[in-house]
Amino acid sequence: MSVDDRFTQDLPESEEEPEGVLSEIITGPVADWATDFSHLEPEWSADPYPIQDDLRQRCPIAHTDRFGGGWLPTRYEDVAAIAYDTERFSSRSIIMGNFRPPRDIAPVGGSPPISSDPPFHQHARKLLLPAFTKTAVSRQEPATRALCHELIDAFEGQDVVDAARDYAQHIPVRVIAAMLGFPPEDGLQFREFVEDLLEGINLPPDERIERVGRLFEYLLAQVHDHLERPREDLTSYLIDAELFGHKLQADHVVGTMALLLIAGIDTTWSAIGSSLWHLAKNPADRRRLAAEPGLLPVAMEEFLRAYAPVTMARLVKEDMHWHGVDMKADDWILLSFPAANRDPAQFDRAGEVVIDRQANRHAAFGLGIHRCLGSHLARMELRVALETWLSRIGEFTLDDPAAVTWSAGQIRGPRTLPLRLR
Amino acid sequence: MKVQINPERCQGHGRCYDLAPSLFGDDEEGYGQVLGDGTVSPDQEREARLAVVNCPEHAIEVT
Repeated sequence: MSVDDRFTQDLPESEEEPEGVLSEIITGPVADWATDFSHLEPEWSADPYPIQDDLRQRCPIAHTDRFGGGWLPTRYEDVAAIAYDTERFSSRSIIMGNFRPPRDIAPVGGSPPISSDPPFHQHARKLLLPAFTKTAVSRQEPATRALCHELIDAFEGQDVVDAARDYAQHIPVRVIAAMLGFPPEDGLQFREFVEDLLEGINLPPDERIERVGRLFEYLLAQVHDHLERPREDLTSYLIDAELFGHKLQADHVVGTMALLLIAGIDTTWSAIGSSLWHLAKNPADRRRLAAEPGLLPVAMEEFLRAYAPVTMARLVKEDMHWHGVDMKADDWILLSFPAANRDPAQFDRAGEVVIDRQANRHAAFGLGIHRCLGSHLARMELRVALETWLSRIGEFTLDDPAAVTWSAGQIRGPRTLPLRLR
Repeated sequence: MKVQINPERCQGHGRCYDLAPSLFGDDEEGYGQVLGDGTVSPDQEREARLAVVNCPEHAIEVT
C-alpha cells in the first residue's frame, strides 16, 4: 500500500492563524438577561432555568452584544423553527464564542457533519449513521456495564463518592475511546480537550488556538498510528471512507474524529450526572425507580427533557426580521434545547420532573437534520449507568449541596457531585 | 388503525422502535421503518399511541 500523503502535512487548524472574525471578549456580571445574556457566567451555570423561564415570559428572544452579538430564543416553537431552517441559519460554527470562522468554510465546516450545512451535510452524516444505530451501539453495552460495575466496586469502603468525577465521567470516555480505537489510558487527556474546546470560550485567542492545536496534534498522532496498524474501529473507517469517489480530505477525517471524541464525552457525562443529582435530591423518585426498574426508560427521557445537557449554536446567514427581532448576518443564535424542553406551551408541568411522563416529545437530542448522531449511544450509556447504579446503591443523598459544581458553557452537567452512600 | 412514518420528517431518533418494537424497526442507518403493512391490532394500540406522542419530529401518522 502506498503512503497516505493526506496526513503528512500539518493541518491548517494546528499551525496557522485561522481566518475568520474575532470579537471583543466581554465577561462579568450580566446586567439584564434580556439584553446582555451570557451562557458563560456563573449564575447561568448554577441554574439557568429560572433565567430561561423569565425570558420566555417577557421576551421571548433575548439579545446580547457579547460574543459579537447574538440571540437566545426561549420558546420551543422558536427553537424548533431555527433547528429546521437550515436555509437561514448556518451550522458553520456551533460553539458560540468570540471567533466566527470564515463564511467560505461552509457548507463543510470544521467538524463535519455537525458543522455542515446542506447539501454537503447529508453525505458526511450518511458515512457515520451505520456505526451509531441502536443495534451497532448495543455491541458496546456489555463492556459499558462491566465498567460501571468496576467503578462502583472501587467505592468500597467510602461513605462519600464524587459521582461526577469517579463515575459519570469515565463511562463515555471509555466507550468513545474504544469506538475510535484510542488507548483507554488517554481518557484523562480527553477531559482536558473537552474543557479546552467547550469551556475555554473566553480565553485569549492565542491560548485558545494553542489548546485546540493540542487536540489536533493528538488526533493526527492517532491517525498515523492507524495508518501503520489499521484496525476495526472508527478511525480506520474514516481514513478509508470515501465521498463522491474520493477518500476524505485530511481535515474532514480529523475534524470528524474531534467531533466524535468531544461530542460524546461531556454530554453523556452531564446526562448521567444530572440524573444522579436529581435522584439524590428526590428520595421519592429514587425509591420508586428502585422498586420499579421497568420505569427507568421512561424516567430517563424525563431527565433528558428536564436537564437536557446540550445547547447548540447557529449563525444567521443574512440580515432579516425574524419572529419580531432584527437579526444581522453573522449574529449568533444560542439554540437552547434545555429552554425549549421547559416551555409550558409544549409540555404540561414543564418545570417539574415527572418520572412517569408518558408523552415526551423533548428536544434533548435536537430536531431536524442535525439530530444527535450519538443519541442511541448516549441512551445506552445513560440507561446502563443508571441501571447499574440503582441496582448496586440503594440509598444515596447529596453530601453537601453547596459543594456541587456545574460545567460552564453550552454543555451543562455536574462536574463535582459528592454523594453520601448508605 | 394503521401507522405510517413520514420519511421526510423522520430523523432516526428511534423513539418508535424503542416504545413500540412490535410495530416499528430501524433500517441500517437508524431511520424508523414500519414493520409489515402497519396494521395495528387492538392490543398494539397503546404502543402505537406512545410512539406517536413521543416522536420529536411528529413523523408518525395514524390513520
